[in-house]
Amino acid sequence: MKDGYCLGIESTADDFGVGIVSFEGEVLVNVNDTYTPEKGGIHPREAARHHARVAGKVLAEAFRKSGIKPKELSVIAFSQGPGLGPCLRTGATAARALASYLDLPLIGVNHCVAHIEIGKLINKAEDPVTLYVSGGNTIVAAFEARRYRVFGETLDIAAGNCIDVFAREAGLESDRGLPLGRIVEERAAKGENFIHLPYTVKGMDLSFSGLLTAAITLLKKGKYRIEDICFSFQETIFSMLTEVTERALAHTEKKEVLLTGGVGSNNRLKEMLRIMAEEHDATFHSVPKEYALDNGAMIAWVGVLSYKHGLTVPVEKSFVKLKWRLDEVEVPWVDEKDVD
Amino acid sequence: MIKKGAEASLYLETWHGRKVVLKKRLVKKYRVPELDREIRIQRTRHEPSIIHKAKEAGVPTPIIYMIDLASSMIVMEFVEGKRLKEVLDHLPSEERRRLCRYVGILVGRLHKSGIIHGDLTTSNMILTPEGRIVFIDFGLSEQSFELENRGVDLHLMKRALLSTHFKHAEECFESIINGYMEVMGEETEEVLNKVKEIEKRGRYVSKR
Repeated sequence: MKDGYCLGIESTADDFGVGIVSFEGEVLVNVNDTYTPEKGGIHPREAARHHARVAGKVLAEAFRKSGIKPKELSVIAFSQGPGLGPCLRTGATAARALASYLDLPLIGVNHCVAHIEIGKLINKAEDPVTLYVSGGNTIVAAFEARRYRVFGETLDIAAGNCIDVFAREAGLESDRGLPLGRIVEERAAKGENFIHLPYTVKGMDLSFSGLLTAAITLLKKGKYRIEDICFSFQETIFSMLTEVTERALAHTEKKEVLLTGGVGSNNRLKEMLRIMAEEHDATFHSVPKEYALDNGAMIAWVGVLSYKHGLTVPVEKSFVKLKWRLDEVEVPWVDEKDVD
Repeated sequence: MIKKGAEASLYLETWHGRKVVLKKRLVKKYRVPELDREIRIQRTRHEPSIIHKAKEAGVPTPIIYMIDLASSMIVMEFVEGKRLKEVLDHLPSEERRRLCRYVGILVGRLHKSGIIHGDLTTSNMILTPEGRIVFIDFGLSEQSFELENRGVDLHLMKRALLSTHFKHAEECFESIINGYMEVMGEETEEVLNKVKEIEKRGRYVSKR
């Protein structure tokens, strides 16, 4: 296949991101603009408004920084789901407009597949067990027979959401600009005493809601140092995540572990997974923030992979899929021969 | 060592003239010692007691010879046979259905007696040469009569089939439910509705 470039648009939640990736997997540009709510969590409609407002600017920045001209592109990709409806639709609209105007094929990309694929690309990983953990997702997945199979996931809320809600309850919002998870991480690093909290692993699935309630109850009791609560809270969540990833690793007998998603930037979680992977003679890969958080490059890269397998979607069928599961997507570019 | 699992290592040993499995829960360096010790001791204490209750319910499980909390170790019978995971895909359809139905009966017996296995995968079921199925690894089990827990248990079973035996997952789960229904009767429908609800609850399901 001749050389070409794919432009990818990501807009599942609070980030509007644009990336351009070559057919060989070189990331030429990866830019984004994040919606920051005045208070509390993401409001889908407000986030979508933000995306609509910055779309033109971010796209222009992507073209300018990469030096690629619109007419040099070969294909347009966008995150088709899962995610927040209004946000997804905004990104999809931009992608459809570009594809129609430039008369290019359009590709709908699964957001979770994109996180795994960019992590693999950046780390040159071949066949990892992936822990993808963010504000909206908590998934342990590994390739098996044409798809990324979900080996474990949360039965209620995502781990990142659990941490964010806890942080707001603890009044840790004051340092604006810093992600809440970072603040909890810093406080936790100063914790000394471990306090028991509910530890809920069911098979390979996880549950965080009881843990969240218990942690908030501890806060309200006022008997414990916030540092100790953060420490215990974080240790419990991350031990659960690591245990489930370990179970998937033992079950699949794979030799690599990949950590991605926003929560994946936590150093303590990285440390725990690294220790766990080493115990199983597996290689641990983490993903730099630029590619671990929601970003356009990951969408563009899966756009490239999909395009090479003819997986384009006509504009009139490019509806967004709010609840599109990772394990519904066939990934024909993963060579069965390369994996177990 | 015969198996290095996620949380425990299994060693094949001779113990007072018997062929036994030593199940030793390992110290996990990734978690803080306080939490690590608590998890190991709690699970080492809990597993034999629930294995015993499973026997009372008519579900074949290994014989427990000894437990040692200090080193979080259980000494139990070595069950001769093959893991269902290894054989299931290679059986003729009829035999596969029969075995799955049998698995369903056993799961039904557990649930009827208030036992939730917690990790119903085909790796945790041994098919003995006499054709019995022995359930092992009750490390994540709990006692409960709650619909929610039964639902999660079956959901995990289904999930395990889909990820490990995708070719026959549907056929297998259907047969399991047939067996389950033999024991659980009318309650089955309620549990299955719960399974559906749990599947929908997973954040990203397309068919609502």
